[in-house]
Amino acid sequence: MLEKIKFYQTGSNTVGNRMLNPAMRTIQASEDRPNSLISGHRACQGCGEALGARYAIDAAMKATNGQIMLVNATGCLEVFSTPYPESAWQIPWIHSLFGNAASVGSGLAAAARILAKKHGQENAPRIIAQGGDGGTTDIGFGPLSGMFERNDDVLYICYDNEAYMNTGVQRSSATPPAARTATTQLVGDAPGADWGKGKDVPLIAMAHGIPYVATATVADLRDLENKVTKAMSFHGARYIQILVPCPLGWGLNSSSTVTAARLAMETGFFPVYEAEYGKVTSVRKIRQKQPVLNYLKLQRRYAHLTGKKADPNVVARLQAMCDQNIKNFGLLDDDNTEAAPVAIQAFERNQSV
Amino acid sequence: MLKQIEGSLGVAEAVALCRPGVVCAYPISPQTHIVENVGKFVKTGTLKDCDFLNVESEFSAMSVAIGSSAGGARTYTATASQGLLFMVEGIYSASGLGLPIVMTVASRAIGGPINIWNDHSDSLSQRDSGWLQLFCESNQDAVDTHIMAFKIAETVGLPVMVCMDGFVLSHAFERLDIPSQEVVDKFLKEYEPNEYLNTSEPISMGAMVGPEAFTEVRILQQRKMARALKVIEDVTKEYRELTGSKSGGLLDCYNCENADLKLIILGSSVGTAKDEIDRLKKEGINVGIISLKSFRPFPYAKLAEAIGDTKQVICLERAFSFGGRGIICPEVKRAMEGKNCDIKTVVAGLGGRAIYGTTINGIVKNALDGKFTEEFTFFDVDASVLNSYTQKTEGVSFPNGPICQSQIDNSVNM
Repeated sequence: MLEKIKFYQTGSNTVGNRMLNPAMRTIQASEDRPNSLISGHRACQGCGEALGARYAIDAAMKATNGQIMLVNATGCLEVFSTPYPESAWQIPWIHSLFGNAASVGSGLAAAARILAKKHGQENAPRIIAQGGDGGTTDIGFGPLSGMFERNDDVLYICYDNEAYMNTGVQRSSATPPAARTATTQLVGDAPGADWGKGKDVPLIAMAHGIPYVATATVADLRDLENKVTKAMSFHGARYIQILVPCPLGWGLNSSSTVTAARLAMETGFFPVYEAEYGKVTSVRKIRQKQPVLNYLKLQRRYAHLTGKKADPNVVARLQAMCDQNIKNFGLLDDDNTEAAPVAIQAFERNQSV
Repeated sequence: MLKQIEGSLGVAEAVALCRPGVVCAYPISPQTHIVENVGKFVKTGTLKDCDFLNVESEFSAMSVAIGSSAGGARTYTATASQGLLFMVEGIYSASGLGLPIVMTVASRAIGGPINIWNDHSDSLSQRDSGWLQLFCESNQDAVDTHIMAFKIAETVGLPVMVCMDGFVLSHAFERLDIPSQEVVDKFLKEYEPNEYLNTSEPISMGAMVGPEAFTEVRILQQRKMARALKVIEDVTKEYRELTGSKSGGLLDCYNCENADLKLIILGSSVGTAKDEIDRLKKEGINVGIISLKSFRPFPYAKLAEAIGDTKQVICLERAFSFGGRGIICPEVKRAMEGKNCDIKTVVAGLGGRAIYGTTINGIVKNALDGKFTEEFTFFDVDASVLNSYTQKTEGVSFPNGPICQSQIDNSVNM
């Protein structure tokens, strides 16, 4: 139904809300949105993670009639939302460590189930564990894989801003090639992050055969809400990776967070799709295909690729990478998704040999 | 009920009697038999309303325990050695969050070199972790201490490590008196946490605390430890009255009246020492044993009282601090500050080297003969093993017998 409505606002590709009847509008647009993450927290201006978290958690709250408990890995979201004695969370929330959010989630889900049984309640509260890409794809990866493998009833949300922003923009295994971070500086023969490194956690999650995996961005918030809502309709381990541009880390204008996220989708840089039980079930098609340069131009972390001294070969490689994503996931209108999409790092590694 | 069973099974039965809501497990010797048995009780339905999770690492075992305890469930896990170290970050998180988790540490040496046998280097490495650390001298003590541990943890609001010697206790078959479910239910009520994560009264746990309040948070933790001293005594008293057991407590004295020398020992070596002390008594040698049950909180006042006016104390230590000296001895000195008492460390029983009656006998006689001239001495040394390396590489050799710190210092100054 929603697929057929294309109320994009002129010139921006933003999906209009006002044109829809109230029942079809975003949860954030409704007067009784849960406000799980309330205003007054200390996120930077234009923070993609704060935006993503607010939409995702409120959608989960709506989907479960307010029965959500949160586990937060160490990171920006944790730090800016809970400086003692303040808390921006209006729902049960716990932070323990950087690398253990998935396991704490498993334990909390077990306790919730046991307590609900003991108190004769039919439905136990549902658990969401969340963290940034460092806490998810690197330090928390073992516990995450363990939670997937046991199929514990936890939705894990990774807010992916492609580096360790809280500690000052260091490279993570989600940092794309050629990007500047504090540990992949713009010096030497190959400035920025190395080619052929990193990992594709959504595909790894799918390889666990868990009920639901999705990617999303903060440029398509209705899509994000729908995916969270759908995730809450499953029991067992679920994973959503949301691309959340970081103005500070990416060198973006704080007004360009959503634009950058949209261009990440429209270039094929960040494929947006969903999968059930290890198989891709839907792909968010590119609406107006953009060259990767338009995406890079917005961000100072790629400044070395857009100035006079830019190496056109690197831009061409990034373009080839986007084209490969488009092919793998069938991101253009008439394309089909490969039966088993391959991690883009395989393409990078193959190219770098 | 009296049973002739393995220590690990005894502990598993004790844990099951406490009706935990969540138990998580990761295999590491020598604690594995405990969680295997608890898992079996859950699977057979002997232990009802309990979730048993096989996790992928000790780090996750502790993290699952943090989640379930924060979620209001009585929580148990067990580990040892490398596993304990792998969960350290979570161990500090659990105590900082005030979660009353009970965990068995089936004490085992830390590598490298890898060694699976018993000493206290794992549990004592967690001295400053903010957990209560209760040591067990026998399997009966371990069974009873686990049951008491849940009550102590939940009363104080801190996690408890029950430290029992790996293999020596965990794998030993002994006669155990396992209390009935009725008795345990009477002693340990259903867990009613003061505060836990639930959707009807949402709270935020684990906020970031800056310099403006961090000191005060730490003082509150230290206050809980101070309270724990009394809670351990109260809970022990209640348990002993209910069951007639002699287990638990802050410390235990054996033959301490008018003893010329007192040995301070943690764990299973206490039993060996008691037998030897009885033999020595027949020779007219009067030695007392203080079995230190609670290492954290450390019972300074109680220990000073137990030592009394005895002039000589030996701490038999099964771990030490590299580049420093003993771990127990400085605490005992602190307890006896200003009193005329000679307190020394004798290290023995590292990495599973057996502590026999003859070991105790040797330590006592050397002590009474004034042969321990320094604060820190390795007792049960095999000089030939040491020399096989030092002679070849540096031409240095050590004499047979105990080796004290100055011998080590001098050997590198040659």
